Amino acid sequence: MEVNSKKEKLKSFLINETLILTLLSIVMGLLVGALIITLSGYNPLEAYRLMLEGIFSQPRYIAWTVIRATPLILTGLSVAFAFRTGLFNIGAEGQFIIGALTAALLGYFLELPAILHVPIVLCGSILAAATWGGIVGFLKSKFGIHEVIASIMLNWIALYFMNYIINQPGFKRPGTEASFDIHESARISIPWMREVLGPATKVNWGIVIALVITAVIYYLLFKTTIGYELRAVGYNKDAAEYGGINVNRSIMLSMAIAGALAGAAGAMHVMGVSFRVSVLAAMEGYGFNGIAVALIGNNNPFGVILSAFLFGGLTYGGSKMQTIGVPTEVINIVIGSIIFFVATYRIFRYVLVLFNRKKLQKEVQ
Amino acid sequence: MNTRQRNIDFDTPMIEMKDIVKKFGDFVANDHINLKVHKGEIHALLGENGAGKSTLMNILYGLYTPNSGEIWIKGKKVEVKNPNVSIAHGVGMVHQHFMLVKPFTVAENIILGMEPTLGFNRINMSKAIDDVRQISEKYGLQVDPEAKIQDITVGMQQRVEILKALYRGADILILDEPTAVLTPQEIKELIAIMHNLTEQGKSIILITHKLKEIKAAADYCTIIRRGKRIDTVEVRSTTENELASMMVGREVSFEVYKEERQAEDVVLKIENLVVEDNRKQEAVKGLNLEVRAGEILGIAGVDGNGQTELIEAITGLRKIKSGRIFINGKDITNKTPREVFESGVCNIPEDRQKHGLVLDYTIAENMVLENYRKEPFSNGIRLNFPQIFSFTEELMEKFDVRPRNKDLKARSLSGGNQQKVIIAREVTNDPDLLIAAQPTRGLDVGAIEFVHRSLVDQRDKNKAVLLVSFELDEVMSVSDNIAVIYEGKIVGMVNAKDTNENELGLMMAGGGHNGSEQ
Repeated sequence: MEVNSKKEKLKSFLINETLILTLLSIVMGLLVGALIITLSGYNPLEAYRLMLEGIFSQPRYIAWTVIRATPLILTGLSVAFAFRTGLFNIGAEGQFIIGALTAALLGYFLELPAILHVPIVLCGSILAAATWGGIVGFLKSKFGIHEVIASIMLNWIALYFMNYIINQPGFKRPGTEASFDIHESARISIPWMREVLGPATKVNWGIVIALVITAVIYYLLFKTTIGYELRAVGYNKDAAEYGGINVNRSIMLSMAIAGALAGAAGAMHVMGVSFRVSVLAAMEGYGFNGIAVALIGNNNPFGVILSAFLFGGLTYGGSKMQTIGVPTEVINIVIGSIIFFVATYRIFRYVLVLFNRKKLQKEVQ
Repeated sequence: MNTRQRNIDFDTPMIEMKDIVKKFGDFVANDHINLKVHKGEIHALLGENGAGKSTLMNILYGLYTPNSGEIWIKGKKVEVKNPNVSIAHGVGMVHQHFMLVKPFTVAENIILGMEPTLGFNRINMSKAIDDVRQISEKYGLQVDPEAKIQDITVGMQQRVEILKALYRGADILILDEPTAVLTPQEIKELIAIMHNLTEQGKSIILITHKLKEIKAAADYCTIIRRGKRIDTVEVRSTTENELASMMVGREVSFEVYKEERQAEDVVLKIENLVVEDNRKQEAVKGLNLEVRAGEILGIAGVDGNGQTELIEAITGLRKIKSGRIFINGKDITNKTPREVFESGVCNIPEDRQKHGLVLDYTIAENMVLENYRKEPFSNGIRLNFPQIFSFTEELMEKFDVRPRNKDLKARSLSGGNQQKVIIAREVTNDPDLLIAAQPTRGLDVGAIEFVHRSLVDQRDKNKAVLLVSFELDEVMSVSDNIAVIYEGKIVGMVNAKDTNENELGLMMAGGGHNGSEQ
């Protein structure tokens, strides 16, 4: 019993330690940002005050932060899910694009009542993106092609494929570089909220759907036999195979689910915010930011939610610093530093260990 | 048995470790340990796994710094900050896993890092070869300096490791579990080499948990248990049983008690099996074998003669090139691991951390590695954790897995307890055929007793057991019948009661009675 409670303590200590170190990394990142702001000749306190006001001072701002965070929750979850099962999904960007494109196509060409249209668009996009992710899994399990290489290449294929489709007559709105808008029946806006917050705010049901999906993924990963298989393969492929788990199928399934999540992000972005897809010269970064979100969130589904909000808040609120002349790039430096400190918090851990060792040595003497 | 002339010079202490304390967090790995080794002495360090003997030697070699205590080498107090310091003071260590560059020659490996050079940093290879010849003759360690490491036997590779240490001027050699990979004949040769070295004034510290070798080789033995030095004894006047009970802390038995019984129907039948290894070379070359219900069949052989590939082929982890495998008359050739498992085959794998366990899963999660999809552990979709937990707690009680905490990660268990988790899981499946590959590797005497008991219990339930081990003693004491494997074939089949170490050793080296058939 004594051993039990001791181990419990140790366990809760470790969990807290991760949380503490993450928070510490965020503070350190903000300090680095403050340093840069000071060096550029501005007042960091003033800048950060503006940022906080830019997030919290009006309901409208909070709404925009949430809108920013929504796709990041899902792309972050996509990356985190793959990480948990031993894969690095750098292809969330491409899967996001495929999800968005499919949503725009189904949302424009189908004409259905909203009760059918919304789920069909969402499911269709998820399915398409799952297939896109599944290709990576297939290439890995069948030919041993590393998922990072395959998914980076598929990102570019997705981008140019979307640009090509948009340029087809009948889909492209004449005189623009974008597609026609999807029908009202395929949108997930919340009209009454819009009346409260102002017409420009694109509040939508996306955040609710994203939170529900996060809970489903948590359940799938930790409470079901499928999650058991996927995580076993991620931790130790050899033992999983020895235990009778079909490793190749697990890799494909895992990449398909990761693709589905990033695709859902793309679909909801079209259904709730942009209502169309536009020709892109470069990637928008929702998928790539998902990697950072997953990293800061410690690959934990609920950690991902918090980290997506942090990310959304920093990028949205951070842009308000411009009013006193601080370049928005500073906020990228802050985010970059946070990631750097999170990724290297082994250094802090090492300092902690060193500290403990010194204490021990004193006890011995 | 240890009748040689002793060469100890009691006036010249080579190593003195005084009051060494080493802590890892709250865990005390070395608790005020003292050790004294004289010139010309072979000093054994005996202890169970995790007792702290390797920690102590890593401190001496400079891989760890102690929390307190002093190290004196050749009468001088030394602060051993890193291995360079210990090497400079004449301490050499031969690790259990060799650190050799395989495509390099023997001489190239020995001089690595201290190459004799001509001008412009060119290596003086002829001098290197001469030097190696010289020290190899001086200490009676015959090697061919120009042979490549990949072409010589494991025993030879070990000599190269020893020569490497001597070339760096070592007077004190630490040998970490040196016999784990050797045949009985090679072990005899190694012991002769060790005695030879002490005649030349070298001192040797031998880390081991094999009592027989201590009796055969060492002068003194320090026993460590749970981080504490229990005693230092003169080996000559101490029996193996006394050593064992000091190591474990209670009386132990080496005998595996089992009643006579008649083997029954054939459970496993292998016909002309051919299996390739990872380099696409044939590792199993037309092997035939039968294992019957109520029989423990031991496979004796030196590592690398096709044992691993044979087991992987039976369990479905490796594709079979030709030949067939039957379980109870049912063909399981090239079936998936799950299909093989469902046919009644369970396996205690050779590499418990690679195949046997998902180290980052909890004990509970590991307990259902094969059965997680079945009732009552799940309904096919949702895992039933209360059932998994109560099952795990029951098995942990029954198989005495410590600490008794199902939520611990498998990684944090000791080797012996990890093995208990695997055995609990596999034996509880009640397979018709239980395959045990190296089931006691790295385990201490107490745990070994337990593993052997489990295998015999299985046999007594009229199940078939296939035991593969590189420890000849284990094969001889546990098995009913012994098959000797050499270069991918069974070269001899004997009854365990009617054979001896010499006969088996000869067959293991390829000189068996049926070995000359081709």
